Amino acid sequence: MERLEFIAQRLVKGVVVLLGIVVLNFLLIRLAPGDPATVMAGEAGAGDEVFLQQLRAQFGLDQPLVDQLWAYVRNIVTLDFGFSYRQQRPVVDLLAERLPPTLLLTGTAFLLSLVVGVALGVAAARVVGRWSDSLITVLALFFYATPLFWVGLMGVLLFSVTLGWLPAFGMFTVGVPLAGWALALDVGEHLVLPALTLALFHMAVYARMTRASMLEVRDQDFVRTARAKGIAEGEILRRHVLRNAILPVVTIAGVKAGYLIGGSIVVETVFAWPGIGRLAYEAVLQRDYNVLLGVFLLSSAMVIAVNLATDVVYSLVDPRIELGA
Amino acid sequence: MDGFARRFARNKGAVVGLAVLLAVLAVAAFGPLVYPDSPWDMAGAPFRPPFGEHLLGTDTLGRDVAAGIVHGARVSLLIGFVATIVAVSVGVLVGAVAGYFGGRVDDALMRLTEFFQTIPSFVFAVVLVAIFTPGIGSIVVAIAVVSWPAVARLVRGEFLTLRTREFVQASVVLGRSSLHIIFVEILPNAVSPIIVSGSLMVATAILVESSLSFLGLGDPNMMSWGYMIGASRSVVRVAWWTSFFPGLAILLTVLALNLVGEGLADALNPRLSREGR
Repeated sequence: MERLEFIAQRLVKGVVVLLGIVVLNFLLIRLAPGDPATVMAGEAGAGDEVFLQQLRAQFGLDQPLVDQLWAYVRNIVTLDFGFSYRQQRPVVDLLAERLPPTLLLTGTAFLLSLVVGVALGVAAARVVGRWSDSLITVLALFFYATPLFWVGLMGVLLFSVTLGWLPAFGMFTVGVPLAGWALALDVGEHLVLPALTLALFHMAVYARMTRASMLEVRDQDFVRTARAKGIAEGEILRRHVLRNAILPVVTIAGVKAGYLIGGSIVVETVFAWPGIGRLAYEAVLQRDYNVLLGVFLLSSAMVIAVNLATDVVYSLVDPRIELGA
Repeated sequence: MDGFARRFARNKGAVVGLAVLLAVLAVAAFGPLVYPDSPWDMAGAPFRPPFGEHLLGTDTLGRDVAAGIVHGARVSLLIGFVATIVAVSVGVLVGAVAGYFGGRVDDALMRLTEFFQTIPSFVFAVVLVAIFTPGIGSIVVAIAVVSWPAVARLVRGEFLTLRTREFVQASVVLGRSSLHIIFVEILPNAVSPIIVSGSLMVATAILVESSLSFLGLGDPNMMSWGYMIGASRSVVRVAWWTSFFPGLAILLTVLALNLVGEGLADALNPRLSREGR
């Protein structure tokens, strides 16, 4: 019961934040230089007076500000994100079409960074002070400082251009109709480079965090007790140290979900991955603000959903957590 | 101060980082003397490979890559530092007020901070720069808007603990104004963690700026590292040097700043054990 209450509480909070972002979107359109109708229409729409009139009527731009806000929120809540004049399609259709590739990319990158990052961190903590520990630490430092788009480009240069192992862009091989496993394999091949690129930075973060966290837990009394009981070292590491050390990493992983989605703009641009990040880039190029704000709202919703999921998972994993807090 | 320098020097990575950072600063300061011409001008034939007539080669339009890097250093450092100063100022103000006054004020300000922390920061930065037209001002504002919440939380935490200390209570009894207590009594005691997180924020700000200009959201009048990579990414197959060297410049600068930040953390918090870190 308490848990349900906790989840409901978080859910309400998430909805409030989402509404806040809708209001923020509205303010951004109002604050942008120029006529809001022109802003919403994008530069291309500026010449089309009929379309502008239609926008003014739809969003009530001749009404008081509060009414406008109300109209805007009402539109968004009914999933009317406006119309992309550039692409001649409703924004919501564009978003729905581009969401699955992004979920595939960010999801893969998330798992990859968490699994490999934690593994590297554990490995580094086990051999603390030796050269392999230093190597992992130095690598983590480097990836932490490298711009994503540059890693991506250099990856293309090495693995696609020089070695010819992996495709450099897109999600499918162009002009070859595939189905079933062949299709999955094809998408998988295209996924390797972008997912790795997106994962590297967070891999570095989690490796460093896991290492520090492992070292901290390792010196605690219950670990000494376990060792005194004669439990095998591997067992201690897995069941006593790692289990406790991984909790803060999982929390941070949930919090960092937003960065993963931000990073996907850059990565999808480099690899021409047909997701919402690439859509955002196209929207920026074409000054298609309706689409851009749609991407912003959708990605915020994704972050809120991930945060909620993390809270729930965390409350299940760690019974010590206070549900009321 | 002597102890500070010694503690900083004990961290070898930090010393290397400081050396690299000083080198980057020197390039930013004196490089344009070596490359006085505009980095936008044609310097020779396009696609010249590096280590020949042009040290780092030329790009698609025959612009000298080395000249671009030298001029870009100024832009990256400038935006990194200014955006950080703005973000730290806002963060300190919000965090100090929240931590000092507590209660409803704290509640409201922390809700606001949490709201800004939930928003995916890079997407928000892209939206801000795109809507307010790309330029150095909008970039600085966008980076500051997405970076202040972390500082605010940090400062609030410091203020919450320092608020209860005796020297602060003494000032309250003496009838000092809140303004005096916040800025003269408490803030100087919270300055080390602010400096540490500030130095790491400069690194993040440079990364964000480079990503923005890579996406074509840089200041159109200023050569920047991210722009150089974005402009030449379609020719990476034929001219690797046009995107390799600017990326290396970003990597080295950000790495150096991170190392210096860690060194500062060690030097300013001697109480923290260095064991196994």
